[in-house]
Amino acid sequence: MSSPVLPDKTEVMPDAVARRLALTNDEAIKFARMVEIRLIEDRVIALFGEGLIPGTTHTCQGQEAVAVGIAGATRPDDIVVCTYRGHGMALALGVTPEAVLGEILGRQIGCMGGIGGSMHLSDSSVGLLPTFAIVGAGVPVAAGSALTSQVLGLDNISISVFGDGSVNIGGFHEGLNLAAIWRLPVVFVCENNLYGEYSRIDRTTPIEDLALRAAGYAIPSETVDGQDVDAVHSVIERAANRAREGGGPTFVEAKTYRYAGHSRSDKAAYRPAGELDAWLRRDPVRLYGEKLIANGTLDERAIERIWSEQREELEATLERVLASPRASTADMFSRVQASGD
Amino acid sequence: MPKLRMNQAIALALREEMERDPTVITFGEDIAEAEGPFKTSEGLLERFGPLRVRDTPISETGFLGAAVGAAVTGLRPVVEIMFVEFLGVALDQVVTEAAMMHYLSGGRLNAPLTVRASCGSGLGFGCQHSQTLERWLLGTPGLKLAVASGARSAYGLTKAAIRDPDPVVVLEPRALYGRREDFEPGENAVLALGVGELLASGDDVTIVALGQTVGIALDAASEAKGWSADVIDLRTLMPWDRDIVKRSVARTGRLVTVEENQLTGGWGGEIVSYVASRCYSDLRGPVMRITAPDVHVPYGSELEAEYLPSSPYVAKQISELISTDKVPGHWWEDAR
Repeated sequence: MSSPVLPDKTEVMPDAVARRLALTNDEAIKFARMVEIRLIEDRVIALFGEGLIPGTTHTCQGQEAVAVGIAGATRPDDIVVCTYRGHGMALALGVTPEAVLGEILGRQIGCMGGIGGSMHLSDSSVGLLPTFAIVGAGVPVAAGSALTSQVLGLDNISISVFGDGSVNIGGFHEGLNLAAIWRLPVVFVCENNLYGEYSRIDRTTPIEDLALRAAGYAIPSETVDGQDVDAVHSVIERAANRAREGGGPTFVEAKTYRYAGHSRSDKAAYRPAGELDAWLRRDPVRLYGEKLIANGTLDERAIERIWSEQREELEATLERVLASPRASTADMFSRVQASGD
Repeated sequence: MPKLRMNQAIALALREEMERDPTVITFGEDIAEAEGPFKTSEGLLERFGPLRVRDTPISETGFLGAAVGAAVTGLRPVVEIMFVEFLGVALDQVVTEAAMMHYLSGGRLNAPLTVRASCGSGLGFGCQHSQTLERWLLGTPGLKLAVASGARSAYGLTKAAIRDPDPVVVLEPRALYGRREDFEPGENAVLALGVGELLASGDDVTIVALGQTVGIALDAASEAKGWSADVIDLRTLMPWDRDIVKRSVARTGRLVTVEENQLTGGWGGEIVSYVASRCYSDLRGPVMRITAPDVHVPYGSELEAEYLPSSPYVAKQISELISTDKVPGHWWEDAR
C-alpha cells in the first residue's frame, strides 16, 4: 500500500538525466546528477548577481553528495522533508531543473508556479514536501509523516534533512523525542556543514560531533563522510531499511561543507583562512569522478562529456525558464486555502 | 434530547468522527489514559486503541509539527493543546507551517488538522492559564478559527473542523466544559465554519458575541429594559460571517461587540471597523466594543469576575449607548 496522498513509485518517470545522457550505470547517473546540481547552483549565484532572483537564495555547493546519496537510497514514495538550502535535494529527487530554476526565478514554469521562491520548493510526485524555511521546523513534521505510515500500515518512510544549525532549537529535540518514543519510520539526516547561518559551530554548539545528540533520545546514529556519495548512499540505505522493518528512527550525521556563505549577501569572511581550500581539495563531485575513472566506470572523455552536455542542457533550460512569465496576480489569490479551490 | 456537558459533547464528536473516518487520530498531553484534564476524550483510548489515541510528551512544537506532517500525508489529526497559552511555544507550526502547506505545495497538499485548545477565564487559574488569545491567530491566511459557546456549538464545530480540508483551530472556553445544554447530536448538528447564528431577535441593537460572552450577551439582552437586541453567536472568526452581521445591523442600526479579551487588538475591532466603513449608512449611532481591560487576567474569583464583562454591565453600557447616542466610558476608566 502506498501513501494516499503521494503517488507511488510506478507513476514516477524514469530518471531524466539518465535518459538524456543515455547513461545506464547507476554510478554514472549519480555523478551526472552531482554535476547538474553544481552547475545549477553556480548559475543561481550568477543569476542573482544579474538581478534576476528576488530576495535571497541559499546554495549548496560542496554538499551535493549528501543530497544525491539520500535520493539514491530512498524510494519515490518515501517522504523527504528538507530545508531552504534545498535546491540540491529537489534536483536529486528528480524535480526537473526547469521546475527548480523556474521557481527560484519566480516563473510560472517553476514547481510552485513561481509563488514559493528559492526557499520553497515542492513536488509531491517525488515525495518532497514544501521545503522548510524556518530552522528546525521540518524535524517534527517528518516525525508526523512517518506517523502516517505507521498508523496506516504503509511501508514508506520519511527522511528529515536539516543542517547543523537546527540542532539547538526545540523542534529538533521534540521531533527526535517523538520519533523515538513512538518508534517512527524516519531517518534524520544532519548535514553538518560547520556553519549555522553566519556562525561557526564551535561558537554555538558545545560538541562538533552532532551524532552525539541522538544518544539522549536512545536513537542509534552513524557518522558518514558527506563528501563521499557512495558512503552516504549506503548509510542511508541501512537506516531506511531499519525504519521500513519497524526498527524505528536512525540519526545520520554527514560531515560536509558549504562553499558559499549562508545566503547570497554573505561573503563568509568569518571563515578561518585555509578552511575552504582544505575542503575544496575534497570536492565531492571531483572525488567521485576520480573514483569512477579509477574503477573503470567512466573514462576522462566520458566525464568531460557529462560536464559539457549538462552545461548545454542548463543553457537550454534557462532559455525556457526565462521565457516563462512571472507568477500572476491571480496566483497570489489561489491556493490560500483548500476549501476555496 | 440528551443534556450533555460541553466536554461530553466534544468527546462524542471525536468518537463519532473517529468511527466515521479511520484516518482521524487524536493526540495531546494526557488525553489517552487520563482521558484529558477536562475529560474531553473520555472513552477514546478504550474504543480506538493506542495507535489512534496517543499521549504526547509536554512538547507542543513536536506534536503540532507531527500533526502537520501527518495531515499533509493522509491523516486527519486532532491535537489537544491543554491550555491555549501553550500554543505560544509552538505558534510557528500553526501560522507558518500548517497554514501555508496548501499554498506552498502549489495546491497539491492539504493540511486537514484540527487544533483544540481550552481558553479563557472563569476558573481562577491565574493569568497564565486564563487568556483567550484569538488575536495570536487572527488574520492568518490559510487558517480557520472557531470558538465554542456551549455543548451544542462545541459538538458541531469540532465535527466541522475535523471534516474541513484546511487547518482549523477550535477554542473551547474552559469555564463552559461543565455546563449542560440540550441538543440532538447527529449530522444535522454539524455546523458550517464561517456561519454565525442569530440566537435572539430584537429591534434596537445588534450584539455580536463569541465563546463565553455569548451567554453573557444573551443574559444582558433578556434583562434589557426599554430596548431589544439581535444576539449573534459569531462562532467562527476566520472566516467570519459578514452577511449575518450586515443583515442584522441593516435592521437594528446599532452594533455592539462583547469580547472576553482585552481591548487592544481584540477581534471586535475587526467587526466594528467593517460595519463602520461598509454599513455606515445603516448606522443610527456609534459602534461600540465591550471588552476586558488591557491588563492580565487577575487571580481570584472576585477580581476575575470584575475583569470579564458581566451581563448587568453589558446591559448598562447598551442602555446608555441607546439613550445618549454616545459610547459610554469603560468601567475601568472610572475605577482607576
